[in-house]
Amino acid sequence: MTAVFAPSYDVVIVGAGPAGLTAAALTAQAGLSTIILDEGAGPGGQIYRAITTTPVKKREILGPDYWHGGSLVSAALDAGATLAGRTLVWSLDRDLTLAISRDGVARTIQARRVVLATGALERPFPIPGWTLPGVMTVGAAQTMLKASGLLPEGGTVIAGMGPLLWLYAAQVLRAGGKIDAILDTTPRGNYLAAARHFPDFALSPLMFKGLRLMREVRKSVKVITGVSRLAAIGEEKVSGVAYSVRGGPERRLSIDTLLLHQGVTPNVNLAMAAGVRHRWDGRQLCWTPELDEAGATSVPGVSIAGDGAGIAGAWAAEERGRLAAIAVIRDLAPDALQVNEQFVRNRLYQQELGRAFIDMLYQPPAQFRRPQGDVIVCRCEEVTAKQIRDTADLGCEGPNQMKAFLRCGMGPCQGRLCGLTVTELIAEARGTTPQAVGYYRLRSPIKPIPLAELAAMPATEAATAAVVRG
Amino acid sequence: MFKRLPDAGFEPVAITVDGVAMSARAGDSVAAALLANGVDHCRTTPVSQSRRAPYCMMGVCFDCLVTVDGVGNRQGCLIPVRPGMAIETQHGKREAGR
Repeated sequence: MTAVFAPSYDVVIVGAGPAGLTAAALTAQAGLSTIILDEGAGPGGQIYRAITTTPVKKREILGPDYWHGGSLVSAALDAGATLAGRTLVWSLDRDLTLAISRDGVARTIQARRVVLATGALERPFPIPGWTLPGVMTVGAAQTMLKASGLLPEGGTVIAGMGPLLWLYAAQVLRAGGKIDAILDTTPRGNYLAAARHFPDFALSPLMFKGLRLMREVRKSVKVITGVSRLAAIGEEKVSGVAYSVRGGPERRLSIDTLLLHQGVTPNVNLAMAAGVRHRWDGRQLCWTPELDEAGATSVPGVSIAGDGAGIAGAWAAEERGRLAAIAVIRDLAPDALQVNEQFVRNRLYQQELGRAFIDMLYQPPAQFRRPQGDVIVCRCEEVTAKQIRDTADLGCEGPNQMKAFLRCGMGPCQGRLCGLTVTELIAEARGTTPQAVGYYRLRSPIKPIPLAELAAMPATEAATAAVVRG
Repeated sequence: MFKRLPDAGFEPVAITVDGVAMSARAGDSVAAALLANGVDHCRTTPVSQSRRAPYCMMGVCFDCLVTVDGVGNRQGCLIPVRPGMAIETQHGKREAGR
């Protein structure tokens, strides 16, 4: 992807997934100078990962929904948007200056409007042994399939819940791979909780797709339902998985690879560091930004589209990207607006119909969100659930104080894999809500960058004078 | 471990891992190349020296940190392999000067 940066753009879009691509296509079409920045090597985000380069040639392996991503990339490029890959955005200021890093060089670019389309992360799945080599996320394995044509080899078990789990299992089977078992952690009670949302789900395109996938997978994979306890076993790498069904006796499977997944949550780091107000979503059990109908945040000029606005999936992300773009065009080039907003809203409504059902059905049970004992919660600093619970019992009130006590969230991942767990553990210990407990205070740079890159950034004379001695 | 799809296009890229010659595919990330070559861990942690391997493959978890062409703590899952790339696994805390 191209990498010559202008000093300023009308619209800077962070993230080249479905929301970023559709937003860019519209703003570029309206004549606004538009750049999409993405940390990945190519466009597509995670859902359409490696869409322009995948070595997987048989189209039925990844399925038609995947290949659809290609049309989004061409639409954005044909409209004249610039696409910059391998570009990390590590800061966004309130004056809409973005600090970015590419090929070892940091610089700033100025935007008139910013659309954050940073998508989702897989929810932490803190079980005993989840840091062992050989344990990875389902999304990680799917990335290896899409980007490198790699399939798991040897004993492979998938554990957890959620649509991605079934999709990946089906893709592995179509590619000629093998899954030894699926350990389904969906609690029985979830079906009951989801039932009242079923009528909407039945009207959504999701139901047909979901049922077909599950049928396809169940034909050739042993699915063990009601799994209430999970542990990865091994010394230097994973060699087995221990589980029990509905509190029953422990059983074990010998494996080489354990793939974990229990849904996805918004990737909030850049938005939170930019000062966007978030609140706890009690249904999706994560932080979501406070947005108006067009995706505008509490920071003027910054909007959020796609799963970063709350999980709704790739098809909804496209429409959310278009809505964010329509609002931007209305502000900056109202005469160039050619899209029927109501049409977009109607399609978004259709895509969001089944979401409540999926959210309730795949709400991960408490024991897989709030672990006990020596289970590692913060993978970077190797802080355990017991340490966090004990420290909360001492009176530690929130995640930021917890950092000072235990260093959790202070490693390179900056809380991405422990933040939700830490918030929920403290809330439980203190008998209050995650909303009251809050989240880590995120700051730029939102990912580690070399000091040399910062030092090499051009500085004004005044800025230099402010820190030079004498 | 992981194996290639039989019919996947395969333009080989020569790399070294801790000095050992290995073959990756053009388009692989460093982390994918390690897993495809059966390298079962890419670092040991600074805190307890326990072994870690790539976990998320999307730039989130930092478990795939490796030294690439002499620069330490690079996220292997975000860096595409290049011919002649020298990858080193990392052990424990970072050494001064790297």
